[in-house]
Amino acid sequence: MDDLRYEAPGTLEAAVALLAGEEGDARVLAGGTDVLVLLHADMIEPDLLVDIKNIPELTGITQENGGWRVGAATICMDIADHEEFSAAWPGIIDSVKLIGSVQVKGRASIGGNLANASPGADTVPAIMAAGATASIFGPQGQREVPVEDIAIGPGETSLAKGEIIVSFFFPQRPAHSGGAYLRFTPRTEMDIAVVGVGIDLTLDDRGTCLAARVALGAVAARALMVDEAAAVLVGTPIDDAALANLAAAASAACRPIDDKRGTKEFRIKVAGVLARRTALIALGRAKQS
Amino acid sequence: MARNHITTTINGDEYEFLCDTEQTLLDCLRDELFLTGTKEGCASGDCGACNVMLDGQLVCSCLVLGVEADGKSMETIEGMAHGEELHPLQQKFLELNGLQCGICTPGILIAAKALLERDPDPTETEIRYWLAGNLCRCTGYDKVVRSVQAAAEEMRKG
Ligand code: FES
Ligand code: FES
Repeated sequence: MDDLRYEAPGTLEAAVALLAGEEGDARVLAGGTDVLVLLHADMIEPDLLVDIKNIPELTGITQENGGWRVGAATICMDIADHEEFSAAWPGIIDSVKLIGSVQVKGRASIGGNLANASPGADTVPAIMAAGATASIFGPQGQREVPVEDIAIGPGETSLAKGEIIVSFFFPQRPAHSGGAYLRFTPRTEMDIAVVGVGIDLTLDDRGTCLAARVALGAVAARALMVDEAAAVLVGTPIDDAALANLAAAASAACRPIDDKRGTKEFRIKVAGVLARRTALIALGRAKQS
Repeated sequence: MARNHITTTINGDEYEFLCDTEQTLLDCLRDELFLTGTKEGCASGDCGACNVMLDGQLVCSCLVLGVEADGKSMETIEGMAHGEELHPLQQKFLELNGLQCGICTPGILIAAKALLERDPDPTETEIRYWLAGNLCRCTGYDKVVRSVQAAAEEMRKG
């Protein structure tokens, strides 16, 4: 612990060289809201921290091919304050606003939330439902990966040694598209999800659902894409019958644990209720867009 | 292992200090620079007692490493009053009993100042949500909120 080193490289290549070349435990430091808590609780004992916040590609929100690119270390406050991105992707903003306090949002990022791989991470179901891809840079160069392929279990990711999540790409959306994220927590603020639901919908001109994506958080070892729950919405006007089928499919997909925040039975039930509510918000937004 | 040599700007003045990599910015402010106005409540990002402005962003200094402050600019509670002249927020907290033991107060003042710089006329609900990351075990929050409202009004009058 005495010889923990800190580096703040200015390029992706330098950061990857540091991470890949370290023989001991090397950790990426973005907002530090997870890493520094683990470090000071002696739950991790890294040899090297690589601060990635000086690398230009890691921060900022820009338009690209009609969609949006968001640097993985962009702080949540900047995302929530970005008017155009917020208008295009309100479901992402729902999730970003639920991350901790203002102070924590001033440091925390979507990339960090995903890389930390907590099953209850709020932004993860939202970016999965959005169909975002992550741009990853590592010793073998760059690759683009659907965000649902990154977290594989509690604290575990599919990233290879030396790889960094650089940015997220949110593709251009068709007309009449909308998304939402809701979570259940025992307190109204500053808490961790017992269940989180992200839903994105696209409607045709007459209000029939053309496409849907449903993602659940905190009900399994990782956030889940629930294709069965999306499938029951497609082709319907998202009426009561479709919402009842959605709730049933969402509950059926849960593989939760009992913990201090909620029992298995409670999580399964709440997943259905929240899926229905989230879909209604997404529907209202899709109709308005 | 050599300690890290950090140069940073605090309340407009340049400071230099040495720190270990794992030392938080909070520990550096208090133990290396003896700027003890910034308080430690939880050391895990939950209570807001350690709030400072870092390059214009409200953060918990217990969730920042001292090494991250190199080349950056900070505002701490020590920079809030101008000499003997208190900031309107400080004045109103005193007048309206916005504090009891005072441990949470520097953090709340820094956070409230950041809010009023963004929005000079926040609603009570906005104030309560903005300060959700600042825990106070004494006041029950009501007098904190009243003090912020009164200071906002005073500041709007200019
Ligand atoms: S001491 Fe930093 S948030 Fe409590
Ligand atoms: S005045 Fe004592 S904690 Fe707030």
